[in-house]
Amino acid sequence: MTRRRVEPLVWLMFSAGGVLAAVFLPILVILFGLAFPLGWVDPPDYQHLRAVIGHPVTFVVLLGLFVLMLVHSAHRFRYTLYDGLQIKHKRTVAVLCYGTAIVGSVATLAVLWAAAQAV
Amino acid sequence: MIPSSGMPTDLRLYRPRVSTWWWTRKRSYFVFVMRELSSIFVAWFVVYLVLFVYAVGQGEAAYRRFLDWAASPWVTVLNVVALVFVLLHTVTWFNLTPQAMAVRVAGRRVPSFHIIAGQYTGLVVVSAFVLWLVTR
Repeated sequence: MTRRRVEPLVWLMFSAGGVLAAVFLPILVILFGLAFPLGWVDPPDYQHLRAVIGHPVTFVVLLGLFVLMLVHSAHRFRYTLYDGLQIKHKRTVAVLCYGTAIVGSVATLAVLWAAAQAV
Repeated sequence: MIPSSGMPTDLRLYRPRVSTWWWTRKRSYFVFVMRELSSIFVAWFVVYLVLFVYAVGQGEAAYRRFLDWAASPWVTVLNVVALVFVLLHTVTWFNLTPQAMAVRVAGRRVPSFHIIAGQYTGLVVVSAFVLWLVTR
């Protein structure tokens, strides 16, 4: 069965995304979600940001970070619906969760690629 | 009965109904479900960051517009809630790692305190690097 072969890979990506979310997200939420928009810290200079986002290393790192965090989130949410909220439509829940993560990953790739080319 | 193919055919298992709200009865269950719900806010912030990168790619005016939008009350409230859930994720994830993974050095199991402290060191290093990269 395909599902059995995919399952360990999903758990691996769940763990990797979990570690990355744990170490990267607090500072990213504080800076980009609150400090910059609200002016607690001066927002980064536009040209500097542009240079950082245009760098190939940033492209690879952000792509890996975002995709793994999306898979982490989808996998965890799948089990939240199943165990937490007792929604027992196993297949539908799995398809919706992973489907959203895949669509999100493709959109992420498109946006990161376009932004890196725009420089 | 289970035939040789391994697929149960006419098994009828007794499955008691569990209430949707089973996790509200005990503090530890509640924290467990809150921890699991952190996934929503992880996803939200990935979307937020992708929109941020998109705005930067569109030009300086779009970048300014994004910052104005991000300063609006509802986005601010959402991001404050996201920060709470993300911190819950970080703390619970670090605490669970030594239980999920037995690290051995020279045949001896590394005490969980060291693993947890190591992860907080990683958090500090990564945070300092991100701060340096975006604000220098």
